[in-house]
Amino acid sequence: MASRYEIRLSGSGGQGLILLGIILGETASIYENKNAVQSQSYGPEARGGMSKSDVIISDDEIDYPKAYNVDFLLALTQQSFDRYTKEVKKGGIVLYDSTLVHSPKEGDYRLIGLPLHETAVRDIGKSMVINIVSLGAIVKISNIVTIENTEKALLKRVPKGTEELNKKAFYAGVSLAK
Amino acid sequence: MADIRFIQGNEACALGAIYAGCRFFAGYPITPSSEVAEMLSEELPLVDGVFIQMEDEIAAMAAIIGASLAGKKSMTATSGPGMSLKLENLGYACITEVPCVIVNVQRGGPSTGLPTSPAQADIMQARWGAHGDHPIIALCPSSVSEMFTETVRAFNLSEMFRTPVIVLSDEIIGHMREKIVIPQEGEIPIVNRKKPKVPPHEYKPFKGEEDFVPPMAAFGEGYRYHVTGLSHNEEGFPIQSGELVHQMNVRMHNKIYKNLDKIIKNEVYMCDDAEIIIFALGGAARSSKGAIRHLREEGIKAGLFRPLTIWPFPEEDLRRVCSRAKNVLVVEMNLGQIVFEVERVLSCMGVKIDGMFDSSGEPFTPLSIVRRVKEIFQR
Repeated sequence: MASRYEIRLSGSGGQGLILLGIILGETASIYENKNAVQSQSYGPEARGGMSKSDVIISDDEIDYPKAYNVDFLLALTQQSFDRYTKEVKKGGIVLYDSTLVHSPKEGDYRLIGLPLHETAVRDIGKSMVINIVSLGAIVKISNIVTIENTEKALLKRVPKGTEELNKKAFYAGVSLAK
Repeated sequence: MADIRFIQGNEACALGAIYAGCRFFAGYPITPSSEVAEMLSEELPLVDGVFIQMEDEIAAMAAIIGASLAGKKSMTATSGPGMSLKLENLGYACITEVPCVIVNVQRGGPSTGLPTSPAQADIMQARWGAHGDHPIIALCPSSVSEMFTETVRAFNLSEMFRTPVIVLSDEIIGHMREKIVIPQEGEIPIVNRKKPKVPPHEYKPFKGEEDFVPPMAAFGEGYRYHVTGLSHNEEGFPIQSGELVHQMNVRMHNKIYKNLDKIIKNEVYMCDDAEIIIFALGGAARSSKGAIRHLREEGIKAGLFRPLTIWPFPEEDLRRVCSRAKNVLVVEMNLGQIVFEVERVLSCMGVKIDGMFDSSGEPFTPLSIVRRVKEIFQR
């Protein structure tokens, strides 16, 4: 793998982007013996408003903890799509939600639109699992960590009693990305 | 098996405190430091420790001084607005020589400023925030692992020198999650305060030994003594102006400044052949290291001087490391604070000093530092 792989997860507060970043970071650092750093930025409000979570994965030491030359962008709102596609590197991947992002602009990146929100609502029955559906899609598309290890990290992290629901959401995301 | 975790800097700070023997925390939650309190509220009861959420930061600082006088290692954690409130009692801890640890996870200021964004604008507050001549130790971690190890070091230094120690972190380091291998028991030595070897009637609670540090008895151990914020004699009773007052202040200064070899700690990265040395701390040092990686790839000889102990200031080490450099660039998330200290220390050395300052609440990107270095070389 490239020595530094930058993932930016963006959308609005309440979509679970920080947890999504933590699971990716835990998968890489605990289950795959790589280095990972996760950071976030958000406003003082608890939900609503812009939210982003960056995950850097590397075989080497990670110095700067934020993404600035993004390999993989997840955009779950139009606002975050517009703001962060600028920072995607040439040939990078932009995964966006095909209902929440209504006008995805083309650029020097690979554009992938998937019905993440719709899948969470229709197949799982809970819009709040959009982050876990997205996790499945990100892992499948990027190959940055394995599906098996991500499942382990996911099941360890989610609240007891929700394992099956989250596993279903995760594999729904994996299937979407096929 | 190794205990590997993926946790926040603030959580690592809490775990480091437990490891160091902290058994008392009093605080008042404030972003971006709250996770320190949150985790200790869960962890301290498990080791028979005490966690108290106080009515405000002033009381929290007072409570940890009391707990330490009673023999417990104690800590509080806060951010800018709370730090301002703690300063009065921080001065009290200095003059009464009470070991304790104060964590300041810096955010944008002044006042309530930017609660969720990083800054490094409390560097001078850490040194001079409490009024009067007083020495202070302040440590600047730059990773989640260092939030653990520097918190342990903060406790060790506070116990060794009977002094408050500030862990001066920032929102970047406090809130980011990173891989950490939790040190095993015994891996890092733990220091405990010196106890008196004399019977209670011979004990002088403020008489320094050879290292200028007085042994410290805990309340309840049979050693009755007086504690006051007024200038005092070796017995702890107030004294008026005069030679004894001066001697007390000088001894308190000496216990830090004559023991620098036990306190100063730096990371020196790629400085041997460096033409330009970047001076940076905490979160800004990580941006700087990223910049150095880019600069080296382009053949530009850049290095990093990163103090882990910012107070007392690492004067001798900085002079030695910068002796062959042409340029020094001070990168700090404020409008220029530690640059003046760097200028003072490196004056007369013929090295050109520049500063790169920002108070936007956004961390420096490595590329912005790369651009600045190139501008300096093209000038």
